[in-house]
Amino acid sequence: MTLGVNSLPNGVGVGYKPQHFSDILNAPAPVTWLEIHAENYMGAGGRPLAQLRALSDQFPISVHGVGLSIGSEGRLDPDHLERLKHLNDWLKPASFSEHLAWSTHDMGFYNDLLPLPYTETTLKTVCDHIDEVQDKLGRKMLLENPSSYLAFSESSMDEIAFLREVTTRTGCGLLLDVNNVFVSATNLQMDARAYIDAFPLDKVGEIHLGGHDEDEDDHGAPLLIDSHGREVADPVWALYAHTIAKGGIKPTLIEWDTDVPDWSVLVEEAKRAAAYISPVLV
Amino acid sequence: MNPDLDAPKGIVGPDGMPAPKRFSVYRNNIIVSLKEAMNDGFPAVASLVGAAFFAAMSDIYIRQNPPKSPILALYGLDFPKFIAEFEPAASLPYLTDVARLEFALRLAYHCADSTPVEAQAFTNANVLSATLSFAPTVSAIRSDYPITQIRAAALGGPQPTGGAEDVLITRPDLDPIATAFPSGTAAIIDALQAGLPFGEAIEAGPEGLDLPAFIGALISGGAITKLEYDNV
Repeated sequence: MTLGVNSLPNGVGVGYKPQHFSDILNAPAPVTWLEIHAENYMGAGGRPLAQLRALSDQFPISVHGVGLSIGSEGRLDPDHLERLKHLNDWLKPASFSEHLAWSTHDMGFYNDLLPLPYTETTLKTVCDHIDEVQDKLGRKMLLENPSSYLAFSESSMDEIAFLREVTTRTGCGLLLDVNNVFVSATNLQMDARAYIDAFPLDKVGEIHLGGHDEDEDDHGAPLLIDSHGREVADPVWALYAHTIAKGGIKPTLIEWDTDVPDWSVLVEEAKRAAAYISPVLV
Repeated sequence: MNPDLDAPKGIVGPDGMPAPKRFSVYRNNIIVSLKEAMNDGFPAVASLVGAAFFAAMSDIYIRQNPPKSPILALYGLDFPKFIAEFEPAASLPYLTDVARLEFALRLAYHCADSTPVEAQAFTNANVLSATLSFAPTVSAIRSDYPITQIRAAALGGPQPTGGAEDVLITRPDLDPIATAFPSGTAAIIDALQAGLPFGEAIEAGPEGLDLPAFIGALISGGAITKLEYDNV
């Protein structure tokens, strides 16, 4: 049976970090679901899987892959796809998502999400990869918009046209990272609200919010870096409000992956997101 | 990964002009995440050499050993070997073995779960004739240095004493532990894993081994998953 795109609740989730295990079980509110990075739970056993099982008894879990390299030119790594299937079958998560990016190369594995040009050729490759993933896992997935620091002169279509076509051809949903939109719009000097307005919001099954670092390139132009190491910035909250006003409430994740703070700090961020989702209750 | 290589062609900034330096953001992100994995994986080594030295050493390691897989839980497999050949660290001859110990503990942490035999199984009158099966979490390290104590000291414990030791790694429930025994004890593990009966295998151990303590560590460490008796 093919599962739907996802069954996450329309509330606030956070990226799970092992140091918060007890806090989450003791005092989760307002967090109602959790997201994990698939690659951190591909070991054979031990505490990571034992804790994940305990959490999955209490919370819907979103599995977010960072290593499948859906945007690479070559074929997907069959071993990695097999590991994902094993995790998916074992955990039966509420959602599975991956990035529109690439990270594998003949020389080894690049532990980052690298961008790709948007052309008819890359569109076909990405769609073939998503079909393969969805067939293998027996479920629909969500594809996340990337954060960009650069553009490709060979691109023949814009990112939204590319993503829209991917959803049409494969039936996958989208994960809209609002921070990525703000980061990319600043770096490439585009209009973030116009991007949101053009985005196929009806296909969005999840929203990501995270912090970014501010830098500048060697010509002094602003360069934002998607670091996930601090609070969500004010203009990103404003863009989030604009997004849900236009597209409706979606399951919303607070991402904080580096310099991870105490649980109480994450709870404050989650409360802020919850206030946008259900202002009456907070 | 190689900072000396040119960025790929066709990369442009918002004005359409070539922007190779923007590509370095990705390179930096890659290095930062791998350095974090190294710091998480080798905290005692990092403490022994200091943060600045460790950052420089792991930076070189990362550039020479880019990950082959997206699973970073076991990244750093070749770090002990790298340290052994890393000239600037030659004044700390025990550093390689401390790195081996830290990696062995990490490996055990992620190992498959298994069900150990009950302690009572060892009260069988014929136990010396039994062959033993080990949990996947079990391993042994031979060192010329007191590496369990050096590691403990690096992580805030008392100063190390003593000399060479063999270390038994086990994982009672979910948290791996390292237990030190006299040099030569690892030969017992080797003999047991080669299928020798318990009684013969313990003969391979060193004189002066506290045998009850060793067997106790195997039992409390959940190291043995099966005792088999030959029906001859």
